[in-house]
Amino acid sequence: MEVLVFLVPMALALGGLGLMGFLWSLKNGQYDDLEGAGWRAIADDEPNPER
Amino acid sequence: MQATRDFSHYVRHLGSGLSHIDLAVEGVSCAGCMSKIERGLSALPDVTLARVNLTDRRVALEWKEGSLDPARFIDRLAELGYKAYPFEPIRAEAIETEQASFLLRCLGVAAFAAMNVMMLSIPVWSGNVTDMIPEQRDFFHWLSALIALPAVAYSGQPFFASAWRALRARRTNMDVPISIGIVLAVAMSVVETIHHAEHAYFDAALMLLAFLLAGRYLDQSMRRKTRAVAGNLAALKGETATKFVGTDEISVVPIAAVQPGDIVLLRPGERSAVDGSVTEGQSKIDQSLITGETLPVKAGPGTAVYAGTLNLSGALRVRVAAASEGTLLAEISRLLENAVQARSRYVQLADRASRLYAPVVHAAALLTMLGWVAYGATWHDAIVTAIAVLIITCPCALGLAIPAVQTVASGAMFRTGVLLNSGDAIERMAAVDRVVFDKTGTLTLPELDVTNAADVPQEVFELAGRLALASHHPVAAAVARAAGARTPLSGIEELAGQGVRGFVKGQEIRLGRPSFCGADKIANEILARDPEASVVAFRHGETRHVFAVRQRLRRDAADAITLLQKAGIEVEILSGDREPAVRHAAQSLGILEWRADVTPADKIARIEELKRQGAKVLMVGDGMNDAPALAAAHVSMSPVSATHLSQATADLVFLGDRLAPVVGAIGFSRKALGLMRQNLWLAAGYNLFAVPLAIAGLATPLVAAVAMSGSSLLVILNALRAHRGARGFG
Repeated sequence: MEVLVFLVPMALALGGLGLMGFLWSLKNGQYDDLEGAGWRAIADDEPNPER
Repeated sequence: MQATRDFSHYVRHLGSGLSHIDLAVEGVSCAGCMSKIERGLSALPDVTLARVNLTDRRVALEWKEGSLDPARFIDRLAELGYKAYPFEPIRAEAIETEQASFLLRCLGVAAFAAMNVMMLSIPVWSGNVTDMIPEQRDFFHWLSALIALPAVAYSGQPFFASAWRALRARRTNMDVPISIGIVLAVAMSVVETIHHAEHAYFDAALMLLAFLLAGRYLDQSMRRKTRAVAGNLAALKGETATKFVGTDEISVVPIAAVQPGDIVLLRPGERSAVDGSVTEGQSKIDQSLITGETLPVKAGPGTAVYAGTLNLSGALRVRVAAASEGTLLAEISRLLENAVQARSRYVQLADRASRLYAPVVHAAALLTMLGWVAYGATWHDAIVTAIAVLIITCPCALGLAIPAVQTVASGAMFRTGVLLNSGDAIERMAAVDRVVFDKTGTLTLPELDVTNAADVPQEVFELAGRLALASHHPVAAAVARAAGARTPLSGIEELAGQGVRGFVKGQEIRLGRPSFCGADKIANEILARDPEASVVAFRHGETRHVFAVRQRLRRDAADAITLLQKAGIEVEILSGDREPAVRHAAQSLGILEWRADVTPADKIARIEELKRQGAKVLMVGDGMNDAPALAAAHVSMSPVSATHLSQATADLVFLGDRLAPVVGAIGFSRKALGLMRQNLWLAAGYNLFAVPLAIAGLATPLVAAVAMSGSSLLVILNALRAHRGARGFG
């Protein structure tokens, strides 16, 4: 049962990491345009000669 | 006088030498459009950011201050094939976005905590029946408390704040029993943990919070989306005024930038966007939108002009008396405020339920406690059981029952182009068994259309359309629109009251009155066949053609009427128009009951008569002169195309050129009402099942978690069915 001493904090830390990731993505504006984000993922990166 | 377009009103200066503008863009619907627009705009020199938001259909642009005129972006987008217009984010929208992101943060925290606590609870539940030692159980309970306490304190804020506001105003709402339940569950669990007890309710409290927050977030994001689209709609109308910035220098500015005391120019064919009085010029004006009087009135210096007035003949200079409150943007904001108010009508309904609910539940808990004490249990056990009753009756399912259906149904209606203006509209719409249509602007499209386009050769039609672009006359505008003309001809002169003329490859072309083009004979033939039409003649060299222009029925009007009749809903027309026109429309749509030449007072009388006969009437009208009839009906609906919504009292508003949303709205409402009832029964059924368990002292945390999340899920899943309307409504 001593294994709990490692496992429980580890589980909490991983969960906390997930939560931080979520809060970061929220703050980063990743939920502002859910529809567009889906399309951007599959859009081709064409070379842009004008730039 | 060449006007410059001045959009500086919309530009925000970000400091750091950058300017920012938001544009609403029409027709962005796919990834292709997105990259096309972003590339097209980034290619302009000095543009530092061009980003499309596909959800809101907007473009955010930033560029080096002073290097570019915002009008350039709009022209560039027009070249790419998109209509765009600057957008001024309204304050309310910013606040809602802020709230939405707060709710999402709360939801994230609650969901994270619920999952972790659940992970700790499962060993406890299984340990209670096997061989977990009490120290391990306590350890797990303390860990749960460590997670649950801060999580509840943070993510419970929306509920606690609302409950506190209600209590301070000496009212109660649904959030009061919710808050009491959550706080008690957590507090009791802490006390039990201190006393090394077997049961703690941290998991149930957190799961409840997560479910309720999810419901609230969805509800809010639906409202926000409606507001964004309605805002775009208003922005794209591009309501502008031509303002004098010098004695003879004019500039086209957005209405929002016009101040009282400014002088604006009102050209022939333009509708005034402001209230004011004429300072210079002579003209005839059409005040029909304001007074209902269709005969043109003479206007000269001193004549009062109102927003909505159509200038018919000469240019006028108008001194602005009041900056317009009647802009579409202002109207739509007001409409959405109503919708928000109306939504709180639902909350009111829930509040009324909670006024009944809270005393019953609290009395039941008290009786449980006294009962157990009388039965011989210790005070500690009796209090724990009583609190379990309070926790398990925490109105989660009840709190979700109506808002969840409302959210899904209004979302589905929104996708078909219907905006709700009042919250109980769904309930009232569901009861409708008779639909009364106004004809003009409702069954017909508000704009004029060419009816004999097929009789005219294509190239003649195109040339006439290009010539028509030079004229401000409404009939000419209809020809230009029908021909899809975009490029105006040069060197065209306009003869007031006659028409326009010019030269193409040495041949004279004319568009205007039949007498102006020497086409009286053809025109009379057309008028003999269709006395309701307006005619405009076109002459190219010696070839002459006459266009018949009239209001056309909405494309799917006949189908929509058939659907309604098939569904057992009676349909009739009440129109102020002349008899032949109404008869023609009724016959082509297969409507048997119609009345023509009806005054607004007669319309009300007819609706009252139908009401006395027990009919639930839906009045569909354009909201201008129909306002009293709309108000008199059981429920009402208006097309948003009605140029100014000033008097719109309609409960629902539909967008677009089709009538299908009207039929669809009835279908969605019927389905939604049925589901709301089902959900209330489900929530009641849950209480009937769970409360006796709790009173009997059998509501362990496991039972509470399963019963509460089960009932919430059931209610939410049932609400999702509102996504599709009742069968038979298209």
